Parts: sequence; C-alpha cells; structure tokens
Amino acid sequence: MTPNLHLWLIPLLPLVGAAINGLLGKKFSRQTVSSVALAFCGAAFAMALYIAFRFSSVVTPHLETLAPWIRVGSFQADFAFYLDQLSLVMLLVVTGVGFLIHIYSVGYMWEEGGLYRFFSYLNLFMFFMLTLVLASNYLLMFIGWEGVGLASYLLIGFWFTKDSAAAAGKKAFIVNRIGDFGFLIALFLLIKHFGSLNFAEVFQAVAPLPKETASAGLLTAIGILLMVGAAGKSAQIPLYIWLPDAMEGPTPVSALIHAATMVTAGVYMVSRSHVIFERAPMALTVVAIIGTLTALFAATIGIAQTDIKKVLAYSTVSQLGYMFLACGVGAFSMGIFHLMTHAFFKGLLFLAAGSVIHAVGGEQDMRKMGGLRTKIPWTFWTMTAGTFAIAGFPPLAGFFSKDAILWRAYISPYGNWVYWLIGVITAFITSFYMFRQWFLTFFGEYRGDEAGRHGSHHGHGGVHESPKVMLIPLLVLAVLSVVGGWIGSARFELFLSPVFYAGGANSYLIAPTPEQSAQITEIEHLEFAFMLISVGAAALGLFLAWLLYHRRPQLPQQIADALGGFYDAVLNKYYVDELYATLFVKPLVEGSSRILWQGVDRDVIDAALDGSADGAREVSDSLRHMQSGNLRSYAGWIAAGAAVVIAYMVWMGTR
Amino acid sequence: MVPLSYYLVLSGVLFACGVTGFLIKRNIITIFMSIELMLNGVNLSFVAFAAHWHALSGQVFVFFVMVVAAAESTVGLAIIIALYRTRETLNVDQVNLLKL
Repeated sequence: MTPNLHLWLIPLLPLVGAAINGLLGKKFSRQTVSSVALAFCGAAFAMALYIAFRFSSVVTPHLETLAPWIRVGSFQADFAFYLDQLSLVMLLVVTGVGFLIHIYSVGYMWEEGGLYRFFSYLNLFMFFMLTLVLASNYLLMFIGWEGVGLASYLLIGFWFTKDSAAAAGKKAFIVNRIGDFGFLIALFLLIKHFGSLNFAEVFQAVAPLPKETASAGLLTAIGILLMVGAAGKSAQIPLYIWLPDAMEGPTPVSALIHAATMVTAGVYMVSRSHVIFERAPMALTVVAIIGTLTALFAATIGIAQTDIKKVLAYSTVSQLGYMFLACGVGAFSMGIFHLMTHAFFKGLLFLAAGSVIHAVGGEQDMRKMGGLRTKIPWTFWTMTAGTFAIAGFPPLAGFFSKDAILWRAYISPYGNWVYWLIGVITAFITSFYMFRQWFLTFFGEYRGDEAGRHGSHHGHGGVHESPKVMLIPLLVLAVLSVVGGWIGSARFELFLSPVFYAGGANSYLIAPTPEQSAQITEIEHLEFAFMLISVGAAALGLFLAWLLYHRRPQLPQQIADALGGFYDAVLNKYYVDELYATLFVKPLVEGSSRILWQGVDRDVIDAALDGSADGAREVSDSLRHMQSGNLRSYAGWIAAGAAVVIAYMVWMGTR
Repeated sequence: MVPLSYYLVLSGVLFACGVTGFLIKRNIITIFMSIELMLNGVNLSFVAFAAHWHALSGQVFVFFVMVVAAAESTVGLAIIIALYRTRETLNVDQVNLLKL
C-alpha cells in the first residue's frame, strides 16, 4: 500500500517562498529574505529526501491527484503528480542542487540590490521546475515548461538596467517560444489522436502501435515536434544560440538554470516520452544526429572563448548534446545518468567560476586572470575536481556517464560508429578547452590590473577567497562530482528499468541467461578498449592544453594566426548569430515594419479609422450651425418640419 | 345649419394666423399670443368635428387642451417675467445665448 506522499507540497513550498519574498520582501532585511528563500527551498529538498527514503514502499508509478483542472468531454487534465524512478532522480537533482545553489547565492548576491527579487525569482523557478518534473500529464508539464522559461527570462535580465542583460533575456524567451511551438503542436497531435495528455493513458495507447520503420508516420511527427521543443529548452542546434547569451544573468542563475536543471528539461521530456520515440526510429535518429552535431559544434566554439562563463556555457550546450545522443540511441537511462552527473559537475564549475569572478572583483576575461591557484586554494581545488570530472577522467563522475553514453552510441541497435567517433573527438575537445580554462585561470602569472596584484591585502581591493557560505556548496558539489558516478551506469540503469524497460525489452540487464553472459563477457572486453580510448582522448586534451597554455603560452597566438579565417570563424561562433539575424530577424523586422506597420496598420486600419472620424467631424461642422440660439429660426424649423410631415401624410393619403 | 367646411376653413385661417405671427413677430408676448391662437384654431376644428359626428370625445379633447394651455401660459408668463428681469428685453432676437 502506497503511503500518502503529499507530493503536491514539493512544488508548492518554493511557491510560498517566492510569494512571501516577492510580495513582502522589499521591507525585509537581507537576513530575513535569505532565510525565507532557504527555508522553503530546503523544505522541498527535505520532502524529496523523505520520499526517496520511503521510495521502496511506493508502488510506481505513483499518481496523486490534487485537484481537477480541465475536464471537457472525455478529455481530462488534472493538477496531478506522477512519481516514478525517473521523476525521483530529477526531483533529487533539482531540489538538491537547487538548495546548494540557494545557499551559495546568499554569499554571492549579498552585496547586490534587489536581493528579495532575486530569491523570489529563484524560488519561483524551483516551483515551476518541480511542477515540470512531477507533472502527470503533458499539459501540466507544459505549464512548468513555460514557467521555467519565464523564471529564466526574469533571472537573465536580473540586472535589467544593463542593456545586454535585458536583450539576452528577451533572446532566451523568444528562441524558447520557437521550440515551445513545436512542443505545443505535438501536444495537439496527441490530443487529436489519443484523446488524452496523461502520461499513463498516452503511453498505454502508444505501446501496442507498431514501430514506424518503413515510413514516417504520426509517432515520428510527434517525436520530431517534441524534439523541436526540447531543442529550444535544452539549447540544441538550431536553437542553442540563447544559452551563451544567458550568461548575462548572475552566476548562481547560470549554474542552477542554465547548466544544472532547466536546460536538462528537454532531456527529461524526451526520456519521459521514450515510449513514443522507441516506436519512431526516424525521430530517434533525428535526436541522435542533433545531439551529436551539437556536442561537436558547441565544443569547437568553446575552444576560442575567452570569457570564463562563456566557455562553460558552450560546454553545457555540448554536454546536453551528449545527453540527446544517449536518448537518440535509445539509452535513455544513460542520458539521465549524464544529466545527473552533469548537474553536479557543471553546477560546481559554474559556482567555482562565480567564486573566481568574485575573487578578482567582477572580471570574467580569462586572459586577465592567471596564477590564482595559491590565492584562492579552495576554489582552485573544487574547480579542479569539476574540470577533471567533465573531462572524463576516472574515477570521477563524468567518466562513468560519458563513457557509458559513448559505449551505447556504438553498441546500441540504434547506434553507429560515427556517433561514437564524433563523441570521442568531442570528449577530446572538451578536455582541451576545460584544461585551457584551468591553466589560464589558475596557473602562470597574474595578468589582471593593479588592484589584484596586492593579493595580500584583505577587503575588496585584492584577490580574495570567497566566504564560507559560498565554499560549502562548492565542497558538497565537488564531493558529488567525484563520487556521483560510483553507483555505476549498470546499477543506475537497473534502478530506472521500470520506467524505460517496462516491456522487458532489455531484460538481460536484470537476469542474463548463460548464453547472454558469454556474449556480455565478450562485449565487456570491447567496452574496456573503448573506455581506454576515451580516457586517452581526455588525457590528450589535458596534455595539449598544458603544452599550449602552460608550457609555451605564445604558441596559441601563432596557431591562431596560422589558421587565419577559420580561427576567426570559431572566435565569432561561426557567425551563427549573424546568420540568424540576416535570415530570420531582419526579414521579420523589415516585413513587419514595411507591410504590417506601414502597409496594414498605418495605411488601412489607421486610415479607415481616421477617415471615419474626419467624416463625422465635417458633417457635424456643417450641422452645428443649425443651433444658432435664435428662437425664430428654431420656430421656422419646427414649422417647416410640420409642413413636411403634413405634406407627406397628405401625399400618402391621396396615393 | 352652418356646413362643417366653414368651421374648418375658419379653423385653418386661425391656425395660419397663429403660425405667421409665431414666425414673424419678435416680441415674446405676441409670440405667446400666437401660440394661443393656434391652439384655439385647433380647438375650433375639434368641436366642429364633435358636433358634426355627434361624438363627445372631440369636446373632451378641447377641455384637455384648455387645461394644458392654461398651465402652459402660467409657466410661460412666469418665464417671460424672469427673462425680463434678467435681460430687460422682450425681443427674442436678443435672447440667443443658448447656442454653440
């Protein structure tokens, strides 16, 4: 018997926090504001932990209906929450990492104006993200989906007096709308053909359908449209362009929303819809190709970035590509595994980068850093853990998940050696740019301005270590980045198997027959070789970064000069923003100003309204002279009117 | 027995005199009297028809008209007095403030 879990409390607690801070926070002291935010976010985390400990007694999937929402005919969408292994993992990641980042924000944002606004938005984000994760139907999920977009917009533009921040917020919002359009169409198709948006009902209706191998059909269309939505939210080609700009927001926001949680919503959504995708191989291929290309593409851009946060932003895009690659080859649990480890180490990297930025007084350009290793040792060591984790060095978290994805990309029935090869190349590039960042920031000589050189001084003039409230989350995340992968991909997959292999498709995971065991042993040798290759790629990246950015720092400039135009292209992010501006933004702006504004609005609508107003004025201008104030003229009008009436009646009478 | 048409012609003449006076006179008292003339012209046709058709309703109407005319002249004369006190004139052409 499943106990009553009160799932609804989890999203609602942060909402209460957001409401308190948002409505009353202006009058609160900083201490009160941060205590309220931490208390409600922490309570949600505690609830999530409680559920995790009670999880063995829960019959999954556990459905909890809070209140009816839309009931039209046979269509039904309620405020209902859905708990299974997948949502539990997401729940823990979101509340856990979210809570840590809340703690960190107290230190990071302490000096900023509008602290109450910041924490209110942050709690609001938690509410929507938890709604998204716990929703039991696509519609409620969509509410959360849009809500996190809103929170993201508000937080990117937190420093709204800065033009670039406001523009970045708008860009994120608009690009996300394009993706949401695809998501919405997919939902309409689901309603039309299955009459429901509830996960349980839709998947039950989809499950008996045959695979659409021969030709693309309904499920393929739904899958691809869902992927369009996921590409918007999770920053995949062609909609990734908003994420690097989103770095205009405060660093904790980048860590929480634009690295650890919100951007993984797309991966979660695709995994949640795995029943649909598994029956549409073509959609899966699209997912895999988009993921692979994004991983490689974003990684190459990451090489040339000089802003410490931009490097991490492109790295996020690239790692999300890995997750979609995993989903695209049908290894959904590996995608979720990487999602989890990525949340740990990317959250850590962003927070550590924030700590670095804090230390050097707001500078984000890595060319003006260097030699910070001894000055901010705690930040250095935690960031080192994160860097090695993302580069994929064993035994850190990133190694396990990334290696599992690469292996699956090769061995899965949907897989292909091309995916694997690009994945390994990307792993190498990832390792290279991450260590480039590491060397540029922490090694060599300090290249900043005078203020930073007096490192021995305390206070805000010199380079200084961050306060404890920022370091503790860093340490926790560093530990998680190290040990997070030790559960192992196999055990993780086993845990998620009730979600992804309900039909027993991969039952050998649970109880292999002897024949399968022999096969598995053979495969394991190959897997080991593959693992060596990917670790080798990571090590090569480390070596190259060491050579170029530590051993011989003048080399990169020479290489850049030698590459010429290609380097410029990479430096300018392949001119994708410019391309989009020319292809989409400019025609839209021109078209709407020429045709819609000047043509339709001004020349048709305005002209018609102004014309009728002018006409009315002219007519009344001539009529008003009748009201002369002269009694006898009124009398004349009356007499004339009476005469007309009489004449008419006489004429009618004699006709 | 005087034919009906005589009465009607007289009534029409009275009414036309009233209308003419109403339109061409400037003194408000004269205009007021012209209105009374029109009313009486109409009253005459009412009673003429009543006598002709042997129906009482025409005479009843006349009483109504008389009552209303009495009330009207009371109010009208009061207005005229008030007007004279403020404007010191009875010429309607000079009483033309109410206009656009």
